[in-house]
Amino acid sequence: MTALYREGFRRIEGISGPLLFVRGISRPACGELVSVESGAGRRAGRILQIDGDLSVVQVFEGTMGLAPGSVTVWLERDVLRIPAGDGLVGRVFDGRGNPLDGLPAGFADEFIAVGGSPINPVRRSSPDIFVETGVSALDLMNTLVRGQKLPVFSGAGLPANELAVQIVSGARIPGSEEPFLVVFAAMGITRREAQFFMNSFRESGALRNGVFFLNLAGDSTVERLLTPRVALAAAEYFAFSRGYNVLVVMTDMLAYCDALREVAAAREEVPGRRGYPGYMYSDLAELYERAGCIAGAPGSVTQIPIITMPDDDMTHPVVDLSGYITEGQIVLDRRIQERGVYPPIDVLPCLSRLMNKGIGRGKTFQEHRALADQLYASYARAREVERMRLIVGDDGLTAVEKQYLGFGTAFEKSFLGQGGERRTLAESERCAWKCLETLPRSELFKLPESYVVESLGYSALPREQ
Amino acid sequence: MEKRGKVAGVSGPVVTVIPEKPAAMFEVARVGEEGLLGEVIRIERSCVRVQVYEDTDGIASGAPVVFEDDLLSVDLGPGLLGGVFDGIGRPLDLLGEEGIFLPKGAKAGRRKKGVTFPFEPAAAPGDILSPGDLLGTVRENPTFLHSVMVPTDQLPGKAAWIASAGGYAPEETIARLEDGREYSMIQKWRVRVPRPVRKRLPFEIPLLTGQRILDTLFPVPLGGAAVLPGGFGTGKTVTQQSLAKWSSADLIIYIGCGERGNEMTEVLEEFPGLVDPVSGGPLMDRTILVANTSNMPVAAREASIYLGMTLGEYFRDMGCNVAIMADSTSRWAEALREIGGRLEEMPGEEGYPAYLGSRLAQYYERAGRAEALGSPSRNGSITVVNAVSPAGGDFSEPVTQASLRMSGAFWALDKGLAQQRHFPAINWSQSYTLYDGMLAPWFRENLGEEWFALRDYLKDLLEREQSLLELVQLVGRDGLSEEDKWTLFMAELARVLFLQQNAFVPEDASFAPELQKLYLLQLRECDRIVREALSRGVLFDQASVLPLRSDLLSLRSLEKEEMAGRGEKWRNRLKAELEAIEVMPQ
Repeated sequence: MTALYREGFRRIEGISGPLLFVRGISRPACGELVSVESGAGRRAGRILQIDGDLSVVQVFEGTMGLAPGSVTVWLERDVLRIPAGDGLVGRVFDGRGNPLDGLPAGFADEFIAVGGSPINPVRRSSPDIFVETGVSALDLMNTLVRGQKLPVFSGAGLPANELAVQIVSGARIPGSEEPFLVVFAAMGITRREAQFFMNSFRESGALRNGVFFLNLAGDSTVERLLTPRVALAAAEYFAFSRGYNVLVVMTDMLAYCDALREVAAAREEVPGRRGYPGYMYSDLAELYERAGCIAGAPGSVTQIPIITMPDDDMTHPVVDLSGYITEGQIVLDRRIQERGVYPPIDVLPCLSRLMNKGIGRGKTFQEHRALADQLYASYARAREVERMRLIVGDDGLTAVEKQYLGFGTAFEKSFLGQGGERRTLAESERCAWKCLETLPRSELFKLPESYVVESLGYSALPREQ
Repeated sequence: MEKRGKVAGVSGPVVTVIPEKPAAMFEVARVGEEGLLGEVIRIERSCVRVQVYEDTDGIASGAPVVFEDDLLSVDLGPGLLGGVFDGIGRPLDLLGEEGIFLPKGAKAGRRKKGVTFPFEPAAAPGDILSPGDLLGTVRENPTFLHSVMVPTDQLPGKAAWIASAGGYAPEETIARLEDGREYSMIQKWRVRVPRPVRKRLPFEIPLLTGQRILDTLFPVPLGGAAVLPGGFGTGKTVTQQSLAKWSSADLIIYIGCGERGNEMTEVLEEFPGLVDPVSGGPLMDRTILVANTSNMPVAAREASIYLGMTLGEYFRDMGCNVAIMADSTSRWAEALREIGGRLEEMPGEEGYPAYLGSRLAQYYERAGRAEALGSPSRNGSITVVNAVSPAGGDFSEPVTQASLRMSGAFWALDKGLAQQRHFPAINWSQSYTLYDGMLAPWFRENLGEEWFALRDYLKDLLEREQSLLELVQLVGRDGLSEEDKWTLFMAELARVLFLQQNAFVPEDASFAPELQKLYLLQLRECDRIVREALSRGVLFDQASVLPLRSDLLSLRSLEKEEMAGRGEKWRNRLKAELEAIEVMPQ
């Protein structure tokens, strides 16, 4: 930026998709920012690969209208940075950090590189602070903790967005009234979805308390690759330089990965599963691993990525690889949705890997784990009985098995199907008990005796020791 | 004279370099102004390809490269235990003092400067020192005695001087030979080269894991290799951590290869507070972590398993039983695939390079039991437990299959079991061990002939359950005979009480083999007593209302003598209770 002169390069060898092949750039650096000038104005880009004197430049705005001979590439001698400071809060930006709300860019305290560096695992601290989201299936059975990355696996037509908004507006750390700072990264979502998100954030007040980066479905796909990085750079700034608890919602990771595939195809790379590039795992890890807490520092980055499963297929590479990196998953299910249950969370494949760290005595309540295990065991059994009924009919079921059917219905209708209501943990616990009451005492084998006596009002069983 | 070169191209972690003089395969290179560490992985007519172990953003065309005339190596010596290293052996704990994020081009020394270790000589001037011979010992921490050995790549020589007992820095000379050679506590070793041994020993002693399902049904010997494949959320990490905590190995090397940062943190926070059940010291004192998390550079992920194996071999040569846990092989294979793709290699199955199998073999075959070089004679072992993360949970994919080929025990994690919260979610019908025959003499000697009968009982029960469950799908539970209903009930008890084990409950996390045997006996006897009653005409519903589950559960938490005594009393009561039931005349 301080250079007295800049050198422009004009030898365009070819253009493919979003990529520009430029020959003869002097001392190009991998990852360097460039500007691409043509008759139609300036575009921004990034050097992706260098092969001898041929450089591959990725143009964020796409290459439509560019012609060899009329294009000049200027090196910026810097990487992509965004201005960071309080001025970001409450603002809406495009997918690489330019204001979309018509206001001028705010004052920046510093310019931060969006690429980020890996956090040294030695400096992390284990996330172990309970976050009350107000959703029973999460709070009681798949607890979110501060600094976790917990994705929502959804299918086309399932209300993942609604759930995400519900979590964002409901999330509290008990004992602290301060809400999370929301960083929202939209990647390839439609205008309709964007409108839904922005309206809901406005209603819940999150809009005043968040930073929003929107790359809509019609926007540049290459810019989509930057959007989560820009958003996470902002999140890291607020968390680790300013001490905020930041909640990052990233939607939709499938569109992000499709953009990754698009660029890989344009580079004629060897494709991996379903055409996605072989480095997709590392690329996704670069994003997801930016969640966490730092030992001895107050802030945190918690991530809720939303992933649409094509054809509800959990083995789809994007879903599968995400599941291997993130710390659990919340899975929405069409069958439960069809029964009119909202939020339609299928708890059986759900998991929160960090749950055990954030619950128990002194954090939530002592029997939290046992109660969650009991609900899991009973609901799994109920589903199994339901399957069996289809084959053997009602007559083939034992009395206890019929009670399980009753439990299954109660669990889905009242425990899962809480609608838009925000439940405290205590309310969720009470609701769980209402469902468990439909089962005979002997089936509550995961729960400690004292807890059963206390909570359900059963008298203690007379047993000699 | 330094060998130099210039960067001519960059593609992800692979950098094309034009060297001034020919470079060697796998020679170490320092790339760019920042001196990023890399290795030559392919040589072409006019250029070489270097895989760089750090993020290559910012490497410019024309940047300088220096070749170091050596292969990728690690310094072995006191100070490794309790340490955390990245995939190429840099100490993350020391780098962590510099900042939250990992700095680029870091060359920080392998260990803290100014630290000395108490050396106790074991050799004397005039001794002939051969490779592997003991020079002395170092009390590295209260529980571990570190052996300082003559480097295995040296020729024998006569000792002229050996340092007297006292504190020495690792780099200081502690032995001098008559021919002028000097040894310090540190020896350098090339990570991709196996360390030599005198001879390989047969597998005959099990690695006791404290996990009921593994010790009883699928044991693995010291020096053996087990694979632990499972989709996400099936409990690979928890199972490996349980093994790290409770297994009978002297030393644990935990390789976090392309996995989550928080999992490493968990180990780092938890292990120092845990007590090693064998030595009584902190668990961290016998643990080394190699952490190359998923967001750290991909090439270093490839190197991390060789680093872990080299560390393991070094301690094996001291006579330790080392267990290496690598999580996960799939991430390692993906690193190979990613680099192969950048080199535009012809891909094999599912895009993995064709040499996937042979590279895996090179790693697995470094495990085993062996007698180390040098005197006094020492036997050590390296047991490998590798997690595999198959895409989509599909075991037919190439990494799982190649791993199966190389290993002797297969502990298949099952998504269905995990969803029922049956942990460890090891599927008993899919898993197997090929070490049974080799370990039988040990089990016979230590647990008696009865052990085999009990094991067979458990296997048989689980098999019968499997076939009955298929029947239930057709006729419903009510269509079964009383005896079969009981079999299902009993099998469920065995699954819940014996196969399931809660790693988070301290009393249940580890279970000694003698206890496993004793507890299996309780289960079998309970089964026998109830079956007798059933044959007398007692109905299944009458027997199953008894609080068998809670009674057996409270038996499980007892110590050995108590379990035997109380178990017998309980069985007598059960018998009496069943006999008291009036039977309808048939």
